[in-house]
Amino acid sequence: MTALTPHKSLLAGPDKSVRSDVQCYHCGEPCGAHPIQYNGKCFCCRGCSMVYQLLQDKDMCRYYELDAQPGISLKGRRQERYEFLDDEEVIESLLEFRSPTLAKVTLHLPQIHCASCIWLLEHLYRLREGILHSRVHFMRKELAVSFDPRQISLRQIVELLATVGYPPAIRLATAEKGGERGNSRRLLYQIGVAGFAFGNVMLLSFPEYLGLDVASHRGWVWIFGYINLLLSIPVLAYSGLDYLRSAWQGLRMGQLNIDVPISLGMLTLFGRSTFEVLAQQGPGYFDSLAGLVFFLLVGKWYQQKTWQQLSFDRDYKSWLPLAATLIEQGEERSVPIRKLVPGQRIRIRHGELVPADGILDKGEGYFDYSFVTGEAEPQPAAPGEKVFAGARQMGGSVEVILTKHVAQSYLTRLWQEQQYAHKQTQLKTEQLADSVGKWFTAVVLLLAVGALVWWWPRDVHAAIDAFTAVLIIACPCAVALAIPFTFGNAMRILGRNGLYLKDTTVIERLKGITAVIFDKTGTLTTTRKATMHYVGQPLSADERRQVAALAAQSAHPMSRRIVEVMGHPGEVVVQQFREEKGKGIEGIVNGVSLRLGQAYFVGASSRSASEVWLRIGDEVKGRFVFKPEWRAGFEQVVSFFKKQGKAVWLLSGDRAQEAAHLSELFGESHMAFEQNPEDKLAFIEYLQARGHKVLMLGDGLNDAAALRQADVGIAVAEDITHFTPASDAILDASCLPALPQHYRYAQRAVRSVFKAYGVAALYNVIGQSFALRALLSPVIAAVLMPASSVTIVVFGVGMTTYIAWRMGLWPKD
Amino acid sequence: MKIMILLIGASFFIALIFLGAFIWAVRSGQYDDDYTPSVRILLDDADHGETKQQSN
Repeated sequence: MTALTPHKSLLAGPDKSVRSDVQCYHCGEPCGAHPIQYNGKCFCCRGCSMVYQLLQDKDMCRYYELDAQPGISLKGRRQERYEFLDDEEVIESLLEFRSPTLAKVTLHLPQIHCASCIWLLEHLYRLREGILHSRVHFMRKELAVSFDPRQISLRQIVELLATVGYPPAIRLATAEKGGERGNSRRLLYQIGVAGFAFGNVMLLSFPEYLGLDVASHRGWVWIFGYINLLLSIPVLAYSGLDYLRSAWQGLRMGQLNIDVPISLGMLTLFGRSTFEVLAQQGPGYFDSLAGLVFFLLVGKWYQQKTWQQLSFDRDYKSWLPLAATLIEQGEERSVPIRKLVPGQRIRIRHGELVPADGILDKGEGYFDYSFVTGEAEPQPAAPGEKVFAGARQMGGSVEVILTKHVAQSYLTRLWQEQQYAHKQTQLKTEQLADSVGKWFTAVVLLLAVGALVWWWPRDVHAAIDAFTAVLIIACPCAVALAIPFTFGNAMRILGRNGLYLKDTTVIERLKGITAVIFDKTGTLTTTRKATMHYVGQPLSADERRQVAALAAQSAHPMSRRIVEVMGHPGEVVVQQFREEKGKGIEGIVNGVSLRLGQAYFVGASSRSASEVWLRIGDEVKGRFVFKPEWRAGFEQVVSFFKKQGKAVWLLSGDRAQEAAHLSELFGESHMAFEQNPEDKLAFIEYLQARGHKVLMLGDGLNDAAALRQADVGIAVAEDITHFTPASDAILDASCLPALPQHYRYAQRAVRSVFKAYGVAALYNVIGQSFALRALLSPVIAAVLMPASSVTIVVFGVGMTTYIAWRMGLWPKD
Repeated sequence: MKIMILLIGASFFIALIFLGAFIWAVRSGQYDDDYTPSVRILLDDADHGETKQQSN
């Protein structure tokens, strides 16, 4: 089943690269020294063997035959609580359809990664009574379930999915999604209708094409003409309606967009053809009309075909969970976060998000704000301190008393301000197609009126002929197709290379940038674990194991990272383990006493609170330091843009720890630290006010405002299917070094469009030479129109593919 | 030439069937997901007949 990966990073499942001798039959992780044996198979943990037993009971072991070790490890995963799914209001908002006997729901399961997943999830009905039908949408990682609410509740379904390793991601936004599917279907219907009419009109135009003796069959010509007219009405009124509408809206706002000349051409084609048929003067140009609309729609479809698995418009609602654990009169229950009011007490466990601003009341807070502020190190918080929405608690569970509603929290308000900011920028950017359309319309109208004025005194009939012919032949079919196909193909090629664009206009904007702004945390540094580094005297293998064994006793996030750095402790026994809150841990391992913790706890002197010191016996050996891990090749990216003459800046929400290291690259004056989201936004506005076109690279919610304000906002993500803030494009973090190539490719793609315009102009010159002499016959129009369209499509797609191949962006496999 | 009426009628009728088939295909969601079916077709069920419960 390796053929299942069109793009690896898109479908990347859990990382299984770390392997030891015995692998878990379910999830493929190393089993360690004492695997759980069941039915002759080895499992790494109780969770995995339970899933296996469940599947075996139901005779569903085919799950393991399709892909080796397809399961998802449940280790280290916090147990989600789904009580909130009993809440009537929540159920109502999640279900798509509901009747007493049938209910339908679509859930997002980020864990879907292979053929086995599809098989298991589509056979859910075998696991539990009441599930009628389930269907996977692999690219969107969605599962649509139909069930009988009398036999099984929504909560039971979600819990069943969580048990077998596919916990649904239920976020605040899940409950609010509208149906966006209608739009793409509508386009398909329009294409269908236009294609149907196109084919039939062409068939009925054959006598003209073949130059048959039509004069002796007047009656047939008349019938064919009327049938063509009938067929063309839905083409204009249904398939081409969006163009007419868009042109009308543009004109009302005083703008000449590309749809104006298209609509003008369509209406002239229809009007003149109808007149010819009704007046029995000729067969008209209905074939050209249907062909034009058909090609345009196909171009639109090609351009619109986007990355289904990605979402470019996420806001805080996709980040916050749907529910939180409320503590009331000593009892805990799960409630939807929209129902939370200030003054309530909630519990936040390890790995959970703070849903609204509040004050820490009980427990040792250790909050990861990296996504909200860009601060790389988790921040300790003591009872009485403020905590902000969006922070992720690491370590033990804490209790927070809320001070704000979810909708009024800092994070939420930030988002609402941005929306306002974004609207303003949208008006500023004019698309290439529209500016070309403006010139095109002007020239065409000038030509048409010129032809009318020149012919009028000589031959009134020829004057009207020439006038309409100019509008018909100039109808910017070729011009309108150049962008969809050239950029559509370029967008696909960029996607294969890790840069996923929201739409094709991003290519134009990317080409025009003059300033580049980088965020630091998460953009230039990695966000994955293991950012702990050991500094000090080298440790022997034995010592490493001892340290790991000691650290493994503690649930503190720092300790967990130390275990990751030091490796598996193996069979080492820790005696007299003791943990002092906020100071450190100690214990006796293999007869040696060890201490891990703050500097004063081990007897060293240091001011930093984020270092963990190590003492073995009586000797201070060294310390563990938080060190951001830089993404490979980011220096080249930065220097590339500098060499291109762009203004390059670094805006970090973090403290200026790495300033010295970075100043060589960026220059002292081009760095700013401790920037809050408003600062970043203000800086971009400042640059734009001075005429800069800004490219912003960021990753977290703290960059969201800046990403939207920037002319091009690129969200850098390690797992692109996970949450990314709203942006114009998503960059697979592993492809960051390729960004210069992406940029150069965008430049060349725009150049190809201009070349395509050149080709289109050539066709127009040929066509106009007939039109201006009032010699345009339906046959010439019928040949020129598709010929020019096909040339443009082949040229655009061919050029972009060729450039990609020359630049090495074409995939080798 | 009367036969032309029949021919045009027939060609029209067939074209309408295809248009109808296309619209039906779009309506039933066949164009919504163009990846999963390519995998699903490989998942041949060994016990297809015995537990078939769903139809939609």
